[in-house]
Amino acid sequence: MTNMTEQTTYNEKLQERIDKVFAGGHPKYHEKLKEQNKLFVRDRLKLLFDDGKYMEDGRFANCEADDLPADGVVTAIGEVNGQTVCVMANDSTVKAGSWGSRTVEKIIRIQEIAEKNRVPMLYLVDSAGARITDQLDMFPNRRGAGRIFHNQVRLSGFIPQICILFGPSAAGGAYIPAFCDIVIMVEGNASMYLGSPRMAEKVIGEKVTLEEMGGARMHCTVSGCGDVLVDSEEKAISEARRYLTYFPANFTEKPSMKEAVAAKAGRTLEEIIPENQNAPFDMCEAIDALIDEGSFFDIKKLFAPELITGLARIEGQPVGIIANQPKVKGGVLFVDSADKAAKFINLCDAFSIPLLFLADVPGFMIGTKVERDGIIRHGAKLIMAMSSATVPKISVVVRKAYGAGLYAMAGPAFEPDVCIALPTAQIAVMGPEAAVNAVYSNKIEAIEDPKEKIAFVQAKHKEYKEEIDIYKMASELIIDEIIAPSSLREVLAARFRFYSTKEVPLPPKKHPVYPV
Amino acid sequence: MTQVKAAMAGTVFTVNVAVGDEVRVGQTIIVLESMKMEIPVETEVSGNVASINVQVGDFVNEEDVLAVIEG
Repeated sequence: MTNMTEQTTYNEKLQERIDKVFAGGHPKYHEKLKEQNKLFVRDRLKLLFDDGKYMEDGRFANCEADDLPADGVVTAIGEVNGQTVCVMANDSTVKAGSWGSRTVEKIIRIQEIAEKNRVPMLYLVDSAGARITDQLDMFPNRRGAGRIFHNQVRLSGFIPQICILFGPSAAGGAYIPAFCDIVIMVEGNASMYLGSPRMAEKVIGEKVTLEEMGGARMHCTVSGCGDVLVDSEEKAISEARRYLTYFPANFTEKPSMKEAVAAKAGRTLEEIIPENQNAPFDMCEAIDALIDEGSFFDIKKLFAPELITGLARIEGQPVGIIANQPKVKGGVLFVDSADKAAKFINLCDAFSIPLLFLADVPGFMIGTKVERDGIIRHGAKLIMAMSSATVPKISVVVRKAYGAGLYAMAGPAFEPDVCIALPTAQIAVMGPEAAVNAVYSNKIEAIEDPKEKIAFVQAKHKEYKEEIDIYKMASELIIDEIIAPSSLREVLAARFRFYSTKEVPLPPKKHPVYPV
Repeated sequence: MTQVKAAMAGTVFTVNVAVGDEVRVGQTIIVLESMKMEIPVETEVSGNVASINVQVGDFVNEEDVLAVIEG
């Protein structure tokens, strides 16, 4: 009897301690969460995991301190879409989600578990950063906060790493999203910055709002640090779950197939693509005609929109799409679009997601502005990423591929598994107008009679167009295939299936010298 | 007053509105030509055209103000 009573007492004490941990920080901080339309960390985890179930390590971290339940971070393992994942999630009701020594140790340990088990790692970030009062214990040492970033780099390309930013990610903490494959940000609450507006005012005298300094919208449209902008925490979590469906657990596995879904009913490619090479059209509509309906996951939709990057499925097979968007800035490649494409290609290649390039590109932008921004350096990043990707690569010249644009979009020299052209495609160093101007400008100038001048230019245009005729390109084996737009989807699905066993031996070396 | 700016460097290909015209969000008010492509410039606000700062053939740089919309 005594034993039973003792046991009951132990269990009651345990339950009491658990309840205290589960309650998180002081009720006033829970009130604050509600005001900000934020969810409590444990409610976020319930939404994230299948059936809301997860297991936790270090639940009692710092339980001897009165006000630091779980030391401000939940580290958990559970399933998302039936696939095991590891998670670290800040609790902003506990000292604003700041990092103490046990917080950091817990994060490091869950990363180690993700590595050993080869499963994706998710970072649910909502933290004010380092607990300055504890800096000696959590900042500089071998298992200090720096180790979190070191581990992220180590895990990069080994397992998928996903960040959902619900609140601030300040100073050093801002590097957690920076090292993730993808960052989903909740508008209004998420922010990322090295120095807060208050610090900026003190140190450099700049007066600025938090939103201007590091708000979610700014990062998703201007800096490119954010990939997906959402308007609620629920949406952020469901997008993270959807994103994971395209990925294998780690780099040794292949992404899973799904049941094929028909393409969205709508206009055909013939109807979408205008005959006039210079007129804009919406490439998103063309993508819809090629992919399984509802399968597009847009990455960096608001950043450098002259290039589209996104995950999709074609007859159930996951693919990464890189497509020029002629509707925005003529689909010309800029510094930011090159950078955007380079990261996306690296992401897909790391996790065996085949690549589809849809080219309609007048080339890389020219002029002093972009030269000063380092367009050559950024363009090199894109070309290196595309060139070194060994996953199946299909290049489709939708309408035109001029100059280095052809190279950037996996043109023939970059070992695409196939380079397909639509019958309307043009491939050249530059477009007819620019080329005739470049070659004959002196001659054109010298012709005095205006009629004769126009006739001369038109004749040269015609000659040039014959020179770059797509059948001539096919005859010379420059492109591998010309197909009717109506059969493109079917052809892509079949070819991606054929190339699924592709392997590319590379010359042994440590790594390339990245042009970053 | 909202400024309508050039998204990229190029020359003014067409000016589709006149001072005083009423315009709606998303309406193309000017078309630039750059890299041999037609680049439509749309207004992000509805209102009246207060000024047009460019003429057909002008070279404009990225971020140059092309027109001002009052509304």
